[in-house]
Amino acid sequence: MRRTALILAPWLLLLCAWYALHYSGLVNPALVPTPHEVAVRFVELMRDRLPLDILMSTRRVFVGVICGIVLAVPVGFVLGWYRTIRTFIDPVINFFRALPPIALIPLVIVYFGVDELAKTVILFYASFFAGVIVMYEGISQISPIYVRVARTLGATDFEIFRKVIVPMAVPHMLTALRVALGVAWATLVASELIAAQQGLGALIQNAGSFFQLDIIYVGIICIGFIALLMDLALRMATRRFVSWQERIV
Amino acid sequence: MTTGRVRIAFDRLSVSFPTARGRMLVVDDVSYAIHDREFVSVIGPSGCGKTTTMNIVAGFMQPSSGAVTLDGKPIAGPGPDRGVIFQEYGIFPWLTVKQNIAFGLTLGANRQGAAVREEVCQRYMRLMGLSDFADAWPRMLSGGMRQRLALARAYAVKPQFLLMDEPFGALDAQTRSAMQDLLLQVLAAEGKTVMLITHSVEEAIYLSNRIVVMTARPTRIREIIDVPFAYPRTDALHESKEFGELRSHVRDLVMQEYAVQAKQSENVSG
Repeated sequence: MRRTALILAPWLLLLCAWYALHYSGLVNPALVPTPHEVAVRFVELMRDRLPLDILMSTRRVFVGVICGIVLAVPVGFVLGWYRTIRTFIDPVINFFRALPPIALIPLVIVYFGVDELAKTVILFYASFFAGVIVMYEGISQISPIYVRVARTLGATDFEIFRKVIVPMAVPHMLTALRVALGVAWATLVASELIAAQQGLGALIQNAGSFFQLDIIYVGIICIGFIALLMDLALRMATRRFVSWQERIV
Repeated sequence: MTTGRVRIAFDRLSVSFPTARGRMLVVDDVSYAIHDREFVSVIGPSGCGKTTTMNIVAGFMQPSSGAVTLDGKPIAGPGPDRGVIFQEYGIFPWLTVKQNIAFGLTLGANRQGAAVREEVCQRYMRLMGLSDFADAWPRMLSGGMRQRLALARAYAVKPQFLLMDEPFGALDAQTRSAMQDLLLQVLAAEGKTVMLITHSVEEAIYLSNRIVVMTARPTRIREIIDVPFAYPRTDALHESKEFGELRSHVRDLVMQEYAVQAKQSENVSG
């Protein structure tokens, strides 16, 4: 009961602040639609294009993140485990990581066209570099003592990999996945700038051209809530998989 | 008490490490032997190179010159015949207490069926006072319990040797004393050939048959001391006159080496 209240409190506060801003006279009320206007528009859109937009965007994020993480896990693992390789590759990774995906869009259009592939490439790029850093930072901090102990108990290299390194890598994999998901949702609108017809980014873009502020709000809030739900789901999975951990982030 | 056959033999062992200022000699011409079921403590100033000698026995490192042999054979690498206990425990945090003990028995080198594993786990959990924590995660355990768990895990694969690198260094005085008694008790039940690296003069005397006092770096043997007290030993031993005399003797030797080390570092910085 108390817990529910505490969870709801900041959201109610935000809602109040939103109303306050609308009615305060500090800004032109036409520029800030009220929450109930946005809610009405949300219900309207749910009967129209919004379910498809959500589906398309979620699918793009999923495909991009899954491809990105599938590559980031082994690469991050190798970079984390082998210090010498890391020394040389780390600057390259940081070079690419620093490039904002939006700056790459013209190139992506040239190389990959304007279809689903192009959007997936952008999301893949963003999630790979976010994931790989988390992964290798985590792996490089695994204490070598566990490997030593396993060796003294008679473990072979393969047994050490399977029974020591993999279990220690799982929490870092899940963290990498969470970070990649966050980054991917943040990059979504940019990726849907590429001639998208459907998707939450496209919805926001289109609404922007017609000055439909309430629709923009609907799109933004949808992105936020879907990202939040996915993060909660991953957190629950993390809790299940790595209940041995001291602290679940 | 050193009548058994030689198990671990250090033969003119020297070890040097490459550093920015050329090779640094850490262990210099060390020769001695550890016999079957003997408990040998190695004591000396911190950072002198005692742990290096143990790492070679454990198979983590190779000698630069000279040799260390196990039952007359050169050491190829780490193996389950030598149980190693580290100061930082090395308990696997993703396994429960019981799974930690069973870990070695799930490996190809010493695989056992589930029934045997269960039996071994039960025995060592009982011996180490961990039975109530079988399914607990290691993060819930105190330092003393972790070290008992490390000991149980090492014992589970039936090593013939126990190599311990300051195993009780991180424990408070009471826990440490209790661990020493537990160790003696366990060794009385299942004898091992033991090499213990320690900083504590009292601990070395209380536990061992012999004490090897090492010099400051590059470390050599300063003196090898027989500890004449019969097992089983009890806490009262600490109060005896002979214990006190031996303690002052060993402490003097160790303090002299600390003084040498302090002088060395003055020369380096000056």
